[in-house]
Amino acid sequence: MDLSAISPAALIAALIAASTPILLAAIGELVVEKAGVLNLGVEGMMITGAIFGFATTVETGSPWMGLLAAMVGGAILSLIFAVLTQYFLSNQVATGLALTLFGLGFSALIGQSYTGIKPPTFPHLNIAALNDIPFWGRAFFSHDYLVYLSILLVFAVWYYLKFTRSGLILRAVGENHDAAHAIGYNVTRIRLLAVMFGGACAGLGGAYLSLIQVPQWTQGMTAGAGWIALALVVFASWKPWRVVLGAYIFGGVSILQLNLQAVGVNIPVAYLSMAPYIVTIVVLVIMSGDRTSAPASLGRVFHASN
Amino acid sequence: MKSLKTIAAGLALALGLSGAAHAGGPLKVGFIYVGPVGDLGWTYQHDQGRKAIEKAYGDKVETTYVESVPEGADAERVMTQMALSGAKLIFATSFGYMDAVQNVAKKFPNVKFEHATGYKRAPNVSTYSARFYEGRAVIGHIAGKMTKTNKIGYIASFPIPEVIRGINAAYLAAKKVNPDVQFKIVWVFTWFDPAKEADAANALIEQGVDVIMQHTDSPAAMTIAEKKGIYAFGQASDMKKFGPNARLTSIIDNWAPYYVQEVKAVMDGTWKSHDTWDGIKAGMVEIGEFSDKIPDDVKKSAQAIIDGIESGKIHPFTGPINKQDGTPWLKAGEVADDGTLAGMNFYVEGIEGKIPQ
Repeated sequence: MDLSAISPAALIAALIAASTPILLAAIGELVVEKAGVLNLGVEGMMITGAIFGFATTVETGSPWMGLLAAMVGGAILSLIFAVLTQYFLSNQVATGLALTLFGLGFSALIGQSYTGIKPPTFPHLNIAALNDIPFWGRAFFSHDYLVYLSILLVFAVWYYLKFTRSGLILRAVGENHDAAHAIGYNVTRIRLLAVMFGGACAGLGGAYLSLIQVPQWTQGMTAGAGWIALALVVFASWKPWRVVLGAYIFGGVSILQLNLQAVGVNIPVAYLSMAPYIVTIVVLVIMSGDRTSAPASLGRVFHASN
Repeated sequence: MKSLKTIAAGLALALGLSGAAHAGGPLKVGFIYVGPVGDLGWTYQHDQGRKAIEKAYGDKVETTYVESVPEGADAERVMTQMALSGAKLIFATSFGYMDAVQNVAKKFPNVKFEHATGYKRAPNVSTYSARFYEGRAVIGHIAGKMTKTNKIGYIASFPIPEVIRGINAAYLAAKKVNPDVQFKIVWVFTWFDPAKEADAANALIEQGVDVIMQHTDSPAAMTIAEKKGIYAFGQASDMKKFGPNARLTSIIDNWAPYYVQEVKAVMDGTWKSHDTWDGIKAGMVEIGEFSDKIPDDVKKSAQAIIDGIESGKIHPFTGPINKQDGTPWLKAGEVADDGTLAGMNFYVEGIEGKIPQ
């Protein structure tokens, strides 16, 4: 056993890459839940984004088109959910679960002719001056663009929710939809847009898996990442930067435990395997000691007549 | 009234009284899979077997499958549903379905069950598995010859005898041709999670591994190997498409002949509970085409191992072999018995690390 065999820079680089799909999906779901909607279909939207992004990238040769398609794919799928829950007032939990099942099947159908194909390489940040900095270059400045985009996205969501009028309205809708409605806001439309934003983010997260992290298309390849993202939003108390922290801890400990195994560290593997879940939960639960609670209208059905 | 009839029919099925009523129709065969049929690995190959049944018997059979069924209570529910809807033969294709199969089989004595890679049998439960370790010995030999860093990575799923046996067989074969070889084993505790398998491959490569073996179901590790310019082996399925340069050869599971034969036995009424464990000789384990990256002499020596195993001259577990702790296991020339192999829960001498408990 030789712990020095693990390169910290490589470890950080790997953990950031491993965390990004969950982070993207979770930051989208955060906005959805802030608007008072519980969409359990994250897994379904991710996998749809994964195949939309993959197929489009392969067909057009452009990863950027792929990302766009992944966002559109995730958003379209979430639109089904939004219409059913917001206009037809269906149960959000059941509809979200159905969306996951639908997404898994739908993506398998589209993906049939895309197995075993190699997508074009996704562009990486490539500034020699930055890449060559020892440690920092490899750890932080040699990622694909989507990693930086995901952090910008978190910043944008944080800023939007905290400092903009529109963000305040969205939160109001999530806290008390009747009051928001009474003062003249269109609750249904705001929620519809929030759900679609969540769908686009989940789609982007899925595309990260199929275009960058793995990169290949395999049926069912999200393998539960969507559920992790969902749990993360709750444990992060619906706060954008805690979602980043949670995603990086989860991804980090996952990567760390694989690396510890690879160097042959003498800790029972069972502990290493459960470490990502436990560490993430413990850290975020301790941090949520300030009793931040869920948006008050989360998951409740709204109809203007009530 | 109709629902009453349905309930009555369901009860009759549940009690196993309806055998005669269904005798005229096609034989219903159910499959329950642990991953998606499109995994292009383990489950994909089982589904190829299912398709072979349909091809062989046409409208005399009717096959159904349920994919991505978690090991545990869900498996029991799915198999119960299959039995209730008239399946007379059910293939459960993952080790972790073992107890679920036993429970459901007790409730449906007239339904035959076939459980892959398990060891619990009953009058209506057969077990079957392939001697994948024979294939592991072949790829272990090739890996030992091909590695430049003398470090071979192994992505393992769950610490069950099946997986441990594969690690041991591959290690012994690699060690034999390369005394300096070192195995780096990472347990991912999943059969199918492409992202995690890819991360594990990356972690291994980071540690200087230049050949990767896997005992998980997706081609993710192959994709990473191709990207990083190292070698890997196709697992369960050929996987050539995923690593045209990385793939050295592959261990292919060929279940089709066995499935066709078992369906016939049920049709003829000759089916009996049994345990099948076939390998290279019976064609259940196939070695894929050798890549041209393998030098000719290695191709030749690998082929000699395949031929030797096929003719019975070579057994991958031939003594002298010590267990990891140094205690003797097999004396010189002694060959491991199937019982020990089937329950293998120890590493052989030279492998570093502990098996997760």
